[in-house]
Amino acid sequence: MALGKKHPNRLGIAGWLAGGRYGGERYLYTLHRLTGLGILLYFALHILVNLSRVFGRESWDSLMAIFESPAFKIGEFLVFAAFAYHAFNGIRLVLIELGLPFAVGRAEEPVYPYKSSLNVQRKLAVMVILAAALLVVVGGYDLFILGH
Amino acid sequence: MSTQSQNHQVVFHVRRYDPDHDAAPAWKDYRVPVPPGMTVLDGLHYIKEHFDGTLAWRFSCRMGVCGSCAMLINGMARLACNTQILDVSRTALTIAPLPNYEIIKDLVPDLAPMFAHHASMKPWLIREDRDEILNPTGEYKQTREELEQYIQFTNCIKCGACLAACPTVATDPTYPGPMALAQAYRFCVDSRDGGLEERRDALDTPHGLYRCHYAGECSRVCPKGVDPARAIQLMKRNLVFSYLKLVRRREPSQLLTGPVPGAERRSEIPAPPPFTVEGAGDEA
Ligand code: FES
Repeated sequence: MALGKKHPNRLGIAGWLAGGRYGGERYLYTLHRLTGLGILLYFALHILVNLSRVFGRESWDSLMAIFESPAFKIGEFLVFAAFAYHAFNGIRLVLIELGLPFAVGRAEEPVYPYKSSLNVQRKLAVMVILAAALLVVVGGYDLFILGH
Repeated sequence: MSTQSQNHQVVFHVRRYDPDHDAAPAWKDYRVPVPPGMTVLDGLHYIKEHFDGTLAWRFSCRMGVCGSCAMLINGMARLACNTQILDVSRTALTIAPLPNYEIIKDLVPDLAPMFAHHASMKPWLIREDRDEILNPTGEYKQTREELEQYIQFTNCIKCGACLAACPTVATDPTYPGPMALAQAYRFCVDSRDGGLEERRDALDTPHGLYRCHYAGECSRVCPKGVDPARAIQLMKRNLVFSYLKLVRRREPSQLLTGPVPGAERRSEIPAPPPFTVEGAGDEA
C-alpha cells in the first residue's frame, strides 16, 4: 500500500519551551539559548552605538541622553542578568562536555529504577542557579539602589 | 480481576490523523474501563476492539523490548506497553504520536529519518581485518572494564522517544539526535573498534554533536536507562581529546588465542569437579 501524505509534526521553537512535562534542565537549556541571543543583540547594539562617535560629539551625547531613561536602565539590568546566567551556565556546560566524572558520571549498567547523568549534574545546575541569582541581586542593588 | 463496574473510567484523548481523509490531525475521545495493571497499549487495543477498528499504532513485543510503541502519553514520550494507565492518571489520558517525526497515520510516526542518522554513524565495528569480521574464526579480546565502557549504551531499542523529547531536534532536522550520537559513542569506545576517525566527519558537523547543550531530556525519557546525554558528552570529550592528540591512539583488540600449548594449571587453582553425567565431556 502506498503511503498517503504525511503530516509534519516537528515542534520547532515551541519545543524549547514546552516539549511536554519535562524537567528543569530543559529550561536551563532554553534560557541559555535565549540569553545567548540577547547578549548577541546587545553586542550588535553596543557596536552601533559606539560607532556614533564617528559622527561627532553631538550625536554621541544625544544618544547617551536616551540611555539615561529608566527603560534603558532596565534593559541594562536585563543584559547583566543574561550575562550572569549565561556565564555560569556556560561553565557548567564546559564541565559537562569534558565528561568529568563529577559532572556526568561514568557509564554503568542500567538497573531499574534508572539513574542517569541528570542526577549526577544536578548539583551543578543548582549551583548555577544560586550563583546567577546572587550576582543578579548584587548587580540590581548596585544599579538601582546605589545608582552606579 | 475486578469487574467492569469497579474499574476506573479513563478518558483517552487520542490524536487521530487519516492521511487519505484528514487535512490535519484532530482529537477524539474514548472512555475505557481500566482495571489495575492495564497498560496504555491494552487501552488502545480496547479502543480498537470496541470503538474504532481503524485506530493505528505500532507495537510488537508488548514488553518493552522491540521499541515499536513509543508515543506521547500525557505530554511525555514513553512506551505504551511499559506504562500502566493508573500510574499516569485516574481520569484522563492524552495520547499523541511522537513529535519531531512526520505522522504517517494516527499514532504512527515516520522514524525513517532517525534510522538514516543512525546509519550515517556507521554503527558497526570498524576494523582492518574485514575477512575476520565476515568469516569469524574466533573472539576478540575484551576485559570486563572495557565492556563496562559501553554496555549501558547497548541497551538502546531505537524507540525514538529521545528525539521526540530533544529540544535541539525540535528545531534542527539535520542534528543527528541522541540515539544516533549515543550509538556512535557506543562503537567508538568499544575496545574492538578502530573507527573514530571514520565517524568524525558525521559527528563533527556544524549541526553535529556540539548542538547538544545538555537539556538532558533524552536521558529522562529513555525507557531503557541508556542515558544518551551522558554518551554524547563523553563523545564530545573523546573527539576534543583526539583532535588535541591528548589520547594515545588505541589499536583495536586482537583475536583471543587459546592457552599456550603445554601450559600447566597453577597449583593454587583447583581442578573442576568431575562430570556428573556419564559421557559428558567425551567430545572435548
Ligand atoms: S510493544 Fe515492544 S516496546 Fe512496546
